[in-house]
Amino acid sequence: MAASGPSTPYVANKPKDIPTAEALRARIPGWGVDLDRKDRPSYPREIYDPEGTGAHWDYPDEQPDSEGRERSIEHGQLTPVFGTSVPLHGVSGSIRRYAYRYSEGRAAHWLLLLLGDRVEAWGAHASSFVTLRPDNPITETGVLSEGRRHGIASRLGKKRVDVNHQWIDPIVVAGPWVAASAGAVLAVRAITRRGRR
Amino acid sequence: MKAMVYRGPYKIRVEDKPMPKIEHPNDAIIKVTTAAICGSDLHLYHGLMPDTRIGHTFGHEFIGVVEEVGPSVQNLKRGDRVMVPFNIYCGSCYFCARGLYSNCHNVNPNATAVGGIYGYSHTTGGYDGGQAEFVRVPFADVGPTIIPDWMDSEDAVLLTDALATGYFGAQLGSIAEGDTVIVFGAGPVGLYAAKSSWLMGAGRVIVIDHLEYRLEKARTFAHAETFNFAEYDDIIVEMKRTTDFLGADVVIDAVGAEADGNFIQQVTGTKLKLQGGSPIALNWAIDSARKGGTVSVVGAYGPIFSAVKFGDALNKGLTLRMNQTPVKRQWPRLFEHIQNGYLKPNDIVTHRIPLEDIAEGYHMFSAKLDNCIKTLIIANPS
Ligand SMILES: NC(=O)c1ccc[n+]([C@@H]2O[C@H](COP(=O)([O-])OP(=O)(O)OC[C@H]3O[C@@H](n4cnc5c(N)ncnc54)[C@H](O)[C@@H]3O)[C@@H](O)[C@H]2O)c1
Ligand SMILES: [Zn+2]
Ligand SMILES: [Zn+2]
Repeated sequence: MAASGPSTPYVANKPKDIPTAEALRARIPGWGVDLDRKDRPSYPREIYDPEGTGAHWDYPDEQPDSEGRERSIEHGQLTPVFGTSVPLHGVSGSIRRYAYRYSEGRAAHWLLLLLGDRVEAWGAHASSFVTLRPDNPITETGVLSEGRRHGIASRLGKKRVDVNHQWIDPIVVAGPWVAASAGAVLAVRAITRRGRR
Repeated sequence: MKAMVYRGPYKIRVEDKPMPKIEHPNDAIIKVTTAAICGSDLHLYHGLMPDTRIGHTFGHEFIGVVEEVGPSVQNLKRGDRVMVPFNIYCGSCYFCARGLYSNCHNVNPNATAVGGIYGYSHTTGGYDGGQAEFVRVPFADVGPTIIPDWMDSEDAVLLTDALATGYFGAQLGSIAEGDTVIVFGAGPVGLYAAKSSWLMGAGRVIVIDHLEYRLEKARTFAHAETFNFAEYDDIIVEMKRTTDFLGADVVIDAVGAEADGNFIQQVTGTKLKLQGGSPIALNWAIDSARKGGTVSVVGAYGPIFSAVKFGDALNKGLTLRMNQTPVKRQWPRLFEHIQNGYLKPNDIVTHRIPLEDIAEGYHMFSAKLDNCIKTLIIANPS
């Protein structure tokens, strides 16, 4: 290296090994068709064109039944349209509603929402066992695809780095169950012990 | 109707749900024919996205047939075959009026930082998604487009997000003729970003991943040079070496919040959810760009902080550009590129599975089994 002397970027030249436009065009279908930076669909970033969107309103009709709909306190009003996938309910609903008292700029907002997510998930799993369709960890995690989709061959002898943490996944899934069952066992033991006294 | 529903981290199932209803005069109900699973869905599936509720239906990449329209809908009628951008947007707010469709302010009460997305938790508005037999599509006169007769329906599904996003990611790089472009991630988004970089005149395109079968696709589908980061002690040094110690003019992060490559960052960022996602790929992007270069981020991150190396980005004078893709802005040009044969989106589809098998589809995609790259869900066989 030293023999050839300093090269880019220690000198001003551009790197040497970039193929010519002709060579690239010959090798790659469509090379350079969007070469003009000013003629790309997202240039410029902002184009004022309210007529071009298909909207035939200045402000949309407001979706009915909006009472109680939670919203970010960074919004000046409830948005005219909103999703109704899973309205707030139960204990997780109270946690989440509380989270919405904090702005999106506060970690408390997001951490409380994540707490609400976990609380709802545990509650949903537990209550599924008194329904006609209890949670089934085998079918719901899709782990049977390990057999059907070559789970071992897909990992063995490959230089995949995700294998070093995939073992944690079953713990993430089953961990709360193990903890809850252990907790229940301890509680029952404590109660029976107290009963014996 | 049948729909995929979330049951908690790593758990989903197909349930019978009530049919979606017209809830707003400009709504439409779409009967989904084909949907897809996106890398973004994995963030929900792994429980990373705050306010992902039990019973929520995922799916933001779908096409279908108009089943019913609300009273104010003018541009669509029952029976039309439509493709639906993953963005829900009003077309008339401050942001939509300026073409920032993915940043609409009128559709997501739950957060101001992000617009509306189908089936993407309540943090993006609480709309059920299209991994179902039917889905509610708000602002039917704004987002959906009739699928052109000449278009392959699989290509149409891929245009609703992955292809548009890869193409958008390359544009965010402001690629100039002869530029060296590094793409982190050889998933659907990264593969399309690599391919699109050539259309914009790149002189070299390098794709990095640790999944050899995806790197193979990057070589054949996207004509890229590839590096398996698992084979190198330090991929950054390797990137410096291959660019004569200059660094790349443009680096695209097409990995996002679940990046691998550093055990601690992976575990704190994605398993323990102590960060808004693992910042490994973004930090690698910052490190491997040349001074004065551009980093384009289309990989998705959660709303909480991530440990990003901002000091280096500043010291190097980098331009960082990013967004959720304003999908429909990309369509006219992408339609041309497909018709001209420059892009063949469905070359990367590896699996087509019925809605009933979706739990196994998610596990396969999440664990990257069976050389999976892109999985389509057949919701209503047409
Ligand atoms: N901005 C948007 O509008 C938008 C739209 C769609 C998808 N996305 C995001 O784009 C990302 C990619 O989506 P996808 O569907 O291609 O997902 P994917 O999971 O199929 O692909 C991600 C790839 O990154 C690889 N990878 C992991 N760690 C890496 C690292 N450190 N360096 C290089 N590669 C690494 C994985 O092996 C995988 O092949 C996701 O974060 C998704 O949320 C954003
Ligand atoms: Zn997506
Ligand atoms: Zn809008």
